[in-house]
Amino acid sequence: MNKAKVYPWYFAAGAMLIYTLFSVVPGLVGIGYSFTDWSAYAKELHFVGLKNFTTVLSGQGDYLRYITNTLLFTLVTTVSKTVLGLLFAVALSEGIKFKNFHRGLMYLPSVLPILVTGLTFTSILNPKVGFLNTFLRAIGLGGLAQKWLVDPKIAFGSVMAVDIWRGTGYIMTMLIVGILAIPKVYYEAVAVDGANAWQRFRYVTLPMLRQTLAVTIVLNVIYGLKVFDMIYALTNGGPGHRTEVMYTAVFKMMSKGLYAEGTTISSIMFIFMVIIGYFMVKILTKDEVVE
Amino acid sequence: MVSTKKNKFLENFLKNLLAWCASALVLVPLALIILNAFKGDGEALTMTMELPRTWQWSNFATVIEKGKLLRSFLNSLLYAGCATILTVSLSSMAAYIFSRRRSRGIGFLYMYVVLGMVIPVNYVTLTKIMQMTHLNNTAIGIILLYTALQIPFTVFLTFGFVSKIPVELDEAAILDGCTPFQLFVKVIFPMLRSAVITAGVLCFLNTWNEFIMPLYFLHSSEKWPMTLAIYNFFGQYEMSWNLICADVILTCLPVVLLYVTCQKYIVGGQTEGAVKG
Repeated sequence: MNKAKVYPWYFAAGAMLIYTLFSVVPGLVGIGYSFTDWSAYAKELHFVGLKNFTTVLSGQGDYLRYITNTLLFTLVTTVSKTVLGLLFAVALSEGIKFKNFHRGLMYLPSVLPILVTGLTFTSILNPKVGFLNTFLRAIGLGGLAQKWLVDPKIAFGSVMAVDIWRGTGYIMTMLIVGILAIPKVYYEAVAVDGANAWQRFRYVTLPMLRQTLAVTIVLNVIYGLKVFDMIYALTNGGPGHRTEVMYTAVFKMMSKGLYAEGTTISSIMFIFMVIIGYFMVKILTKDEVVE
Repeated sequence: MVSTKKNKFLENFLKNLLAWCASALVLVPLALIILNAFKGDGEALTMTMELPRTWQWSNFATVIEKGKLLRSFLNSLLYAGCATILTVSLSSMAAYIFSRRRSRGIGFLYMYVVLGMVIPVNYVTLTKIMQMTHLNNTAIGIILLYTALQIPFTVFLTFGFVSKIPVELDEAAILDGCTPFQLFVKVIFPMLRSAVITAGVLCFLNTWNEFIMPLYFLHSSEKWPMTLAIYNFFGQYEMSWNLICADVILTCLPVVLLYVTCQKYIVGGQTEGAVKG
């Protein structure tokens, strides 16, 4: 059988073309434009060398904060969702009444539009009249009431908390599926050896969940590095850029006509993610390549 | 024995308590939305857990009219529907070719496409490309963008499934006189049914919920999808939480219905390609 004839290359051409034109080309062209003074106001383009990169990376203005915020957001939300998801999954995989109801409900936030979740929480977290503070005052914990999204010290924490609320159920569900697939004989075998609950978790559950954990962590890291909707809806980067991440910052630079700065930040992110992305894709496709 | 039984009972009680607490954390915001969507104008300056004095079903009609939601609903349906069909057909064909023609070069192309799951979009230069191709502010443009966003994951998902279909089937079909196109459409594609449904449902969900692409590339309000419409409505009626909540329900309803009916495809669908056994 002639492979080239039976499986013609042009079957793959449509997907390759659309993906290349709208995802890869803007990224590569963007790297080129990062060396210019491109803006909405100048008529001509000038080559400026590494000027944009030094501006962004030297910590002038708030540029560096957008990058560190993005990394912090990714780290904190991924770790929290994974740890909480794992705790819930281990606790709730067996012996729960109405388990389909609980699982169905806890997974739900991750299928809703992220923008809508964000908008809803702007009301819940409103300092004066929001549900959370009203509730805290009603149960006598008024001291804990905060200006959740307004106070510069805690705004970013609040934003991350809402995102953890949204994403934990998803990881929990994935891990429960993984836990239920572990053959019972493994637990029986270590029970014979006298393993306690912690040892059962450490030497059976955790190793068996490795691939599921790797995949959910990778998907969460990708989500975190590209977060936009949640922050745009909750704080739009405020107060005073405290919650600004790369995608929201680029959006603002775009509307101000600061194209060179916008494309430089995008390019730094692009190069960074292609490098770590290579390893992430390796994790995701691990089983496939061996065949 | 009695004490271990008691312990087991206590353990189960605590587990169920934890389950209810976790569910409550999700349920409270949902209940807030539903209750407040039915309140009168004066009652819903803020969202509270009180029951509506009278249940105002008319809020939904008001919000559909004021927010021009019918138009946005049809837009979202058009964008998500077309993008899903385009993505699934192009991606499954590509995955099929990548999986069947194993070689170094093809392996590289597969990695190149799957890397798209990770790389960020440069919206600044993408804007330039959209203007140059005259696709800015058009339905076709947004459908192509959604498709470009979804292709990497869909190729990745279907690749694993194609690999499981035995090559002997292809050989038999070719001997029977199938053309390459017939082989794919009549033999391979039907065998990919569950992968195609999973990919399709996830693609539809993601594109229905998509917000950033239309924010950048759809400027005329008559072209807005539901997400952009609700964001704009939120800006205009900041104090009318009853109307905003009604809008939230209408925006989420299709997604929730899809989730309830296709739960088995959605849950697990995302990791299916990568986690086996």
